[in-house]
Amino acid sequence: MARIVLTGNLRLYTKGVTELELESGSVRSLLRDLRRRFPDIPEDIEDELAVSIDGTLHQDDWFAKIEPDSEVHLLPRIAGG
Amino acid sequence: MAAAVEKITNNGIANPSSGETNLRWVGTRATRPDGVDKVTGRAKFGADAYLPNMLYGKVLRSPHAHARIKSIDVSKALEFPGVKAAITRDDFPDQPEGAVQPAGEMVINYRDMTRNIMAREKALYEGHAVAAVAAVNERVARKALSLIEVEYETLPHVIDVDDAMKPGAPLVREDLISEGVEPTPKKPSNIAKRVEFGHGDLDKGFGQADVIVERSFKTMPVHQGYIEPHACLASFSEDGQAELWCSTQGHYVARGHCARLLQMDVSKLRVTSSEIGGGFGGKTVVYLEPLALALSRKACKPVKMVMTREEVFRASGPTSGSSMDVRIGATNDGTITAGEAILRFQAGAFGGSPVPAAAQCAFAPYNLQNVRTIGFDVLCNRPKVAAYRAPGAPLGEYAVESVIDELAKKLNMDPIEFRLKNAAKEGVDSSYGPKFGPIGCIDTLEAAQTHDHYLSSLKPGQGRGVASGYWFNIGGQTSATLNLSEDGSVALVVGTPDIGGTRASLSMMAAEALGIELDKVRPLVGDTSALGYNMLTGGSRVTFAGGIAVHGAAEDMIEQLRARAAATWDIPIEDVEWNQGHAVAANGYAGQEEPLALLDIAKDMAKSGGPIVGRCSTNAQGAVPSFGCHIVDVEVDKDTGRVSVVRYTVIQDAGKAVHPSYVEGQYQGGAVQGIGWALNEEYIYDENGKVENPGFLDYRIPVCSDVPMIDTVIVEVPNPNHPYGVRGVGETPLVPPLAAISNAVENAIGIRFSQLPMSPPRVLAAIESAS
Repeated sequence: MARIVLTGNLRLYTKGVTELELESGSVRSLLRDLRRRFPDIPEDIEDELAVSIDGTLHQDDWFAKIEPDSEVHLLPRIAGG
Repeated sequence: MAAAVEKITNNGIANPSSGETNLRWVGTRATRPDGVDKVTGRAKFGADAYLPNMLYGKVLRSPHAHARIKSIDVSKALEFPGVKAAITRDDFPDQPEGAVQPAGEMVINYRDMTRNIMAREKALYEGHAVAAVAAVNERVARKALSLIEVEYETLPHVIDVDDAMKPGAPLVREDLISEGVEPTPKKPSNIAKRVEFGHGDLDKGFGQADVIVERSFKTMPVHQGYIEPHACLASFSEDGQAELWCSTQGHYVARGHCARLLQMDVSKLRVTSSEIGGGFGGKTVVYLEPLALALSRKACKPVKMVMTREEVFRASGPTSGSSMDVRIGATNDGTITAGEAILRFQAGAFGGSPVPAAAQCAFAPYNLQNVRTIGFDVLCNRPKVAAYRAPGAPLGEYAVESVIDELAKKLNMDPIEFRLKNAAKEGVDSSYGPKFGPIGCIDTLEAAQTHDHYLSSLKPGQGRGVASGYWFNIGGQTSATLNLSEDGSVALVVGTPDIGGTRASLSMMAAEALGIELDKVRPLVGDTSALGYNMLTGGSRVTFAGGIAVHGAAEDMIEQLRARAAATWDIPIEDVEWNQGHAVAANGYAGQEEPLALLDIAKDMAKSGGPIVGRCSTNAQGAVPSFGCHIVDVEVDKDTGRVSVVRYTVIQDAGKAVHPSYVEGQYQGGAVQGIGWALNEEYIYDENGKVENPGFLDYRIPVCSDVPMIDTVIVEVPNPNHPYGVRGVGETPLVPPLAAISNAVENAIGIRFSQLPMSPPRVLAAIESAS
């Protein structure tokens, strides 16, 4: 199962849960699984997120693969100047 | 990792430790493709666009920092001879609550954007647009502005971030309930959002510390200081289609914003980006563009608008002023046990300061077990802040790197040695969460430690400071096309405005991938109808993401070239290789056919199947961060308080420097902007919330005589997710200077400043107070 870490303000939607294990397969599946588990997570939360999979940053990347032993961090979306 | 690291100093000598590479163009200092146009004046910037019968647009701006708008009457202005159109809030349909959607690199609140481009219920800052006119010339347009009648009810205002957070502060928005606070507040405030990052146990970490340093910092708001003011030319036709020429960091993003604000189909608006005279993040948003389009739609004529310098300062995206508290603890052997930062950033009149990024970056150069950063995004009566190189990171890292320096001193440790002992490295968790891959934090520190600058002696009265810096870098949607001409030359079309030399770097990667001469590739920035979507030029992303797109387009073209050769030779495509710009028969056919050069295939392409076009549209992923370390020497004039930077060295990991001269230029430019931020630049407001220094005479950015030659060292720890190892270099250079200079001043005169800028009056007052 992949280790999922929720950073920033995501804990506000998960009753304080910041870490869990899920077998999601992809970023899109992960987001669906999280919303199923934590219905308070807003539907459009993905627009405000970046996803780090094993240290590699993904933004707007639904089909990025999450391996069973991956470490995934959900972060605020990153914008530069 | 060490075996792959290279260092390039700015005397042009490469010191590779990774052995030979086979790159022909990537890594060279090729002639820049835009150079001749720039030095001869042919290059067309935003204000250089003209159309027959065009009108000139001007904006009426609020004279008040905060005021309710009771009425606006443009009738007298419209009656004035030569005035063709006027617009107000009524010309922009309101956007519903929750009109939030991703656009480019950011999530945009279009309800806020509608109010930012043209005030609705209230003018929220001095300079806020209230109305605009289009007239036959600028003089008439200015006269028309004076005929517009606006009835204001002035309101109390607030500028300073700490003042804005106080209970009872004037509310910029009366209905703003803070996000990210538990329990949800019942009363509105100016705090738009609270964010928090970190891991570990702070109490435990500080309990283990032998030494704890805790300091508070304050920085004044600054502007990006791009030399070219905002400018555009809009032409709306009677059939609802429009064209827009503008100086922007992202014409696709500008197109999306304008179409949304004017409620038109995106595809009916064609946007062409001009050459750009600096942006640094400040041209990632729109100000004049939707106004010019709305005026043109009303007048049925083209409308040109150009901001004055004063308007740039009063009404376009500055960055945040801040108030920050930092606490760091360490054991006597120099191990950091805990770090905490609380960051409060001005957002301007609408939420969206870069405080989340600042909170993530603040401790990123360090490997910490116990760390927490909290950020507050705070409204005040200033223009909505826009991005500025590594948005937020220079501020948060200024505070942290200042405390790191003080801690090293207390522990009697060399500041670089202290940083090295605690440095972030591959395989450890970053302070904001994810594990780092291959990074150059230690490499840049080691390069600094052994650099001649760091080993040299200081003259009496001089001080030396160092600081590290970090920025994420990003990828994103990018498209590129390679069009093969009949003579074998190639037109490279990209959709990202060239701010930092990306036409050069992208064409070099195209030539490299195709195996052809660089002067056979002609790069240009296409308009929004030329290519698929392109995110803007920002986030240090274009050479990274554009490189992936260009490489993909070259691979697509090579596939077609191999197919043409295979058909010509009547052999399977699998038996044709592409080698150094030639199709070569391989495997069982090796040596049986004369290789076909690109030119040979190009001249016969009509007969062999028609035009050959290599395309790639991608959403580039796999951006990796860049670390830097700066060394600076200063002298302080104790009679005047003037701080002079006498030597400066920038060391940064580029991943791969495609064009080292441009990379060095980015490093130097960032350092110079940091010198300005640290020593002189600040908005000064009067008691009415009006900017008192809206010009370069009183808002002082560094000029050549203020800075020494900036030395550079390019460290190359390749990005494994890029065909040439590129990381992105544009933003990190602005992160370390604020702390490095402050640390140098402390080293020179023994006074640690906790407020920026360290301008002569402030420094002199501190010297006099200390003595």
